[in-house]
Amino acid sequence: MAYEVVLVDTWVSMFGMRVRIALAEKGIKYEYKEEDLCNKSKLLLKINPIYKKIPVLIHNGKPVCESLIIVQYIDEVWNDRSPLMPSDPYPRACARFWADFVDKRVYDVAKKVWTTKGEEQEAAKKEFIETLQILERQLGDHPYFGGERFGFVDLSLITFYSWFYAYETFGNFSIEAECPKIIAWAKRCLQKDSVANTLPDQKKVYEYVVQMRKRFGVE
Amino acid sequence: MAEEVLVFGAWGSPFSRRVEMALKLKGIEYKFIEEDLTNKSPSLLKYNPVHKKIPVLVHNGKPVAESLVILEYIDETWKDHPILPKDPYERANARFWAKFIDEKCLSAIFKACWGACWGEEKEHEKAEIEHEKAVKEVSELLQFLENELKEKRYFGGETVGLLDIAANTIGYWLGVFEEASGVELLTREKFPKLCNWANEFVCVTAIKENLPPRDKLIAYFRNRFGAGNASK
Repeated sequence: MAYEVVLVDTWVSMFGMRVRIALAEKGIKYEYKEEDLCNKSKLLLKINPIYKKIPVLIHNGKPVCESLIIVQYIDEVWNDRSPLMPSDPYPRACARFWADFVDKRVYDVAKKVWTTKGEEQEAAKKEFIETLQILERQLGDHPYFGGERFGFVDLSLITFYSWFYAYETFGNFSIEAECPKIIAWAKRCLQKDSVANTLPDQKKVYEYVVQMRKRFGVE
Repeated sequence: MAEEVLVFGAWGSPFSRRVEMALKLKGIEYKFIEEDLTNKSPSLLKYNPVHKKIPVLVHNGKPVAESLVILEYIDETWKDHPILPKDPYERANARFWAKFIDEKCLSAIFKACWGACWGEEKEHEKAEIEHEKAVKEVSELLQFLENELKEKRYFGGETVGLLDIAANTIGYWLGVFEEASGVELLTREKFPKLCNWANEFVCVTAIKENLPPRDKLIAYFRNRFGAGNASK
């Protein structure tokens, strides 16, 4: 059965990376289309008219939007290999809850760490660390958020790791000093090919953030 | 083992009513615990220490929080009267629109109804412009939902599904906000399909039995946010 899979994305997006890791875990071949977010293509505006955002997965011509919704879709279509979600309802509900927590709490406050200065930045740093510490407590002594296996919650959070050097440099703090278990967990995830081959180099992301700060006029 | 299902919620909250609607649809017995949101119970804080919010479903002692997560858990645990379609693309679609309603619609509706008189005083003209912008935004968002409904009786097709339940904010609470604030948003001329859907939705037994009394709700929102300042 030949399926046509296209991913519209941008290399530096932690949301797009989630989809790329999921596709890699399942061994799915796909066409990758890099989007310039400062000059959005007609294609993107057509396939995601509501949010006009990446990532968008196009499967047999039909678009799926929102990274965690796309990941669940991938897991349900290619359900014969490498499950990303647990099989029982309660662990599945917990996985959805924590992935939703990452979405609601990590992105916005992390963005403030590199786009603000002074008191606002200090408050953002504090909240960012507190959020990671909540996640550390949830991880506990398990190797992964999924327990013994890398799963949905790990996938939803690990992609932020590629931005950590940028956060640390602009925020002038060490994430490892505050949240050592998160860093240990991240390094464990990076031992997986699907993660290591997807996450861009932290220095490359940092260079990108430098350009973005100039554009936002943060300096 | 006897099954114990608890729902921590609040009488006026569309989010906790969603949970009750889904349980009722599936014929699941549960015990409802009304939370005073100004004085949260130790049980609520124990079962949802992360967000400290309602609703929380506690099934045989195990808590699930976040209404859309709870709806999926209910569907996967009690298989009668499924509320999510089987097809993965249809499922993704239902999830997308449910998220759209929660993330985009509600805050826009609140802003349109109460934005200009919420918080500090603003000059009348500036408030008017903000208000018009908010109303326009709600109109655009409702148009997306109108288009998504197409010719279906419910968002879920022939029967009420997860997206219909998630859209309870549009199907019932929106009418309440409109009356409480005096702002018209869901008009029949612009949104005939959505209006028809709302009428059908509130007649479904499992839904009807879980709608808070309209007058009480209107009074509550009028009291909380004021009677609105839209010029008609």
